[in-house]
Amino acid sequence: MRLLKLVPADTHVNFIGARRVAVIFSAAAMLASVALFFVLGLNFGIDFRGGTTMIVQTPQPVAIADYRVAVRDLGVGDVQVTEISATGVTDKNQAMVRIVEQGDDPEIQADAIATVEDALEEAFEGLTVLSVESVGGKVSNELILAGFMAVFFAVLGVMVYVWLRFEWQFSVAAVASLVHDVIVTIGLFSLLQIEFNLAIVAAILTIIGYSLNDTVIVFDRIRENLRKYKKMELPELINQSVNETLSRTVVTSGTTLLALFALYIIGGNVLSGFTFAMIWGVVIGTYSSIFVAGLVVKWLGVDRSDKPSSKAGTQFADIDA
Amino acid sequence: MLQFGRSKAIAILLVVLAGLFAAAPNLFYDRVERHNDAAVLVERGLPLSDGQRADLEGWPDWLVSNLVNLGLDLRGGVYLLVEVQVEDVYGEIMDGIWPEARDTLRGLDGVRTVRRQPADPGLLRIRIDNPDVLGAAMAAMRGLEGYALLVSSVRADTLEIALSDLERRELDNRTVEQSLEKIRRRVDEAGTREPSIQRQGSQRIVVQVPGLGSAEELLEIIGRTARLSFHPVVSDGAEDQTVAFDQLLLPDVDMGGFLVVERSAVVGGDELVDAQPSFDQNGLPAVGFRFNAVGARKFGEYTRDNVGRRFAIVLDSEIISAPQIISHIPGGAGQITGQFTVEESARLAVLLRAGALPAEIQVLEQRTVGPELGQDSVDAGRIAAIVAMFAVIVFMMASYGVFGVFATLSLLTNVALMFAALSTLGATLTLPGIAGIVLTVGMAVDANVLIFERIREELKTGKAVARAVEEGFKRALSAILDANITTLIAVVILFFVGSGPVRGFSVTLGIGVVTSVFTAFYVTRLLLSSYIARTRPKTISI
Repeated sequence: MRLLKLVPADTHVNFIGARRVAVIFSAAAMLASVALFFVLGLNFGIDFRGGTTMIVQTPQPVAIADYRVAVRDLGVGDVQVTEISATGVTDKNQAMVRIVEQGDDPEIQADAIATVEDALEEAFEGLTVLSVESVGGKVSNELILAGFMAVFFAVLGVMVYVWLRFEWQFSVAAVASLVHDVIVTIGLFSLLQIEFNLAIVAAILTIIGYSLNDTVIVFDRIRENLRKYKKMELPELINQSVNETLSRTVVTSGTTLLALFALYIIGGNVLSGFTFAMIWGVVIGTYSSIFVAGLVVKWLGVDRSDKPSSKAGTQFADIDA
Repeated sequence: MLQFGRSKAIAILLVVLAGLFAAAPNLFYDRVERHNDAAVLVERGLPLSDGQRADLEGWPDWLVSNLVNLGLDLRGGVYLLVEVQVEDVYGEIMDGIWPEARDTLRGLDGVRTVRRQPADPGLLRIRIDNPDVLGAAMAAMRGLEGYALLVSSVRADTLEIALSDLERRELDNRTVEQSLEKIRRRVDEAGTREPSIQRQGSQRIVVQVPGLGSAEELLEIIGRTARLSFHPVVSDGAEDQTVAFDQLLLPDVDMGGFLVVERSAVVGGDELVDAQPSFDQNGLPAVGFRFNAVGARKFGEYTRDNVGRRFAIVLDSEIISAPQIISHIPGGAGQITGQFTVEESARLAVLLRAGALPAEIQVLEQRTVGPELGQDSVDAGRIAAIVAMFAVIVFMMASYGVFGVFATLSLLTNVALMFAALSTLGATLTLPGIAGIVLTVGMAVDANVLIFERIREELKTGKAVARAVEEGFKRALSAILDANITTLIAVVILFFVGSGPVRGFSVTLGIGVVTSVFTAFYVTRLLLSSYIARTRPKTISI
């Protein structure tokens, strides 16, 4: 039986040689992301902004314009209605209704929800409210803080671990590629204005875990080759390591993407933002572990002398080699 | 050696079998759930209907019956995050201290008049007519029993009493604990299924009730303070009227208008022992109540001494009725009438029985998911997981041939082990949790891929099959460990910093990381080594 080989058995792609393209691409993407973040901003969901979202369903299709007419002039501020695209098994007439936060008093928010519900039920016969989520401003501020803290500590924890297991150059390179991934992801979310909520923060943390996973596999091979080929030039050695792990990188990304696409297409609208972030994360994480991480290690250089002091940061590196 | 020793191999098989055994009930979710419900009834010694007895026999007792809990987003229900307004209690304590403080100060030499001055809630400001004895007055106030008090002077003749920080913290803690207990009793009285009521942080409580259709329904049960008290009526009042400090101006929801009542209550709702919905002599809905011995005595004495005067029945700062005392009411039983519907009187009885909340609660966050949407999510998640698994299996077999079959078996074991762990830990599966499982299916093969790629490399250097496979496992170990530990770091942080659904995701992903390393290193290896030992292949296609 002939086996499927996505990557030929023996590759010699010159990734380090292609560094100019990678550097230009990454730098441009990061700059654009920062610009997008400041110009367009993220489309924060109620988790971070406070307010209410409702999912409603009607027996007959209803045009979004009709919804908008129904919720106009209710005296509860701006009420947004968006269509929920039919995905997978949920091919029903559903729409999402967003009510802005009415102020500090939760009771006024509750009244606003009731007002909108009544107006919708009156306008469309047989309308049912499938879910209501409401977050107060106090909690949403805390959630923003918690989200930032989570990302920060995750990056810090990873930095320390990689530093213990490898050398500081690797740790810096790993974090550089993580920061790259996170910035570009936030840029994409600013560009597409996909709702940014708690689930997306979870997705970003998972991207951090995944991208790192990839990067560490490459580093592990670089470390091994550093011991094996003491005379080889660093760029060539990094290149060889990336090539040796390329097949694995592609296969794992492939299986993960297969699973994620299944979830994205079938998993329903509640998860679609989350899955989208993950798909993007896998793609960008794979890219950054092939191009960015190795490049940063090359820039920083590695101490290859056999002095005992150079092993100071790698005392755990041999436990299983 | 590639092969495990006999005892090790048996141990691995046992773990896998135990996993399959523990995961199995989830395949028959409905049946096992009904069995468990019936079993709970048996445990409580309640009789079973025929249907319930059939449910009980629907799943054998000797099998494990732990299930993965479905989160509210999957089964539908209401999630509420509320904050207890602990500061409310400080003011009440100050009101409680005031009579004793006043009497003590009046007893001091050189003090004739003692006046309470308006101050922020939580502060008791007292003015005396003789500045010379302020020192002595402050000392006397410090000696008041019951609470740790901070006493300071704000002017030459005025002192201020507040609770000490430590006292406040202890009080906050007690207030939240009491609120939690009261909320639990109310929700239990309302008879909902498997509510979860937990404290979060210092002032917050999370209430989760599956199966409820709307948050308002739950808020009607737990949102009201339901503090009942009986106050002597001083006079009729008008809106915006200013009243003396020891009096209150309250709206009368029964007759309309306002009444002035004494601030200190004759009897409070905490001395009620029972409350039941009933009807008054005109056949209108009412709530009958009974006091405990102390409350009955106080109420009896008061009604005996004040025949002909009015008293106000106050619920949450509203007068629900203000009857005239016609005669002495001994025995401590009575009836509250007012503008109730039958439903309201029944609900009020529940609230009074469960007891008042010690402080008001404020809703910070509410999430309601209808059961329909939950079911849609479960279906979508299930189909997505199956499709994902199928796609990954096909891909693995196409890429690695017979080795792909082993990876598939180990992937299936992995999913079973995940469900086993989730059910045994009693973890709650949320929608993001399903995403975690699907993601793990994709990532779980990573460990296998690393090993297989290594084996390929070793084969290329001309090693014999068995030797190459052994080397492959050995050399892939460090990469696999590093990769998975870094993922675990992110998972642990997600767990501690994340809330609600994010936590659910981190739990499943974390379990997935651990089980995938186990299955790659033990299950795949066991399968591979047995295969090689049995067939002794000269060459292998991978």
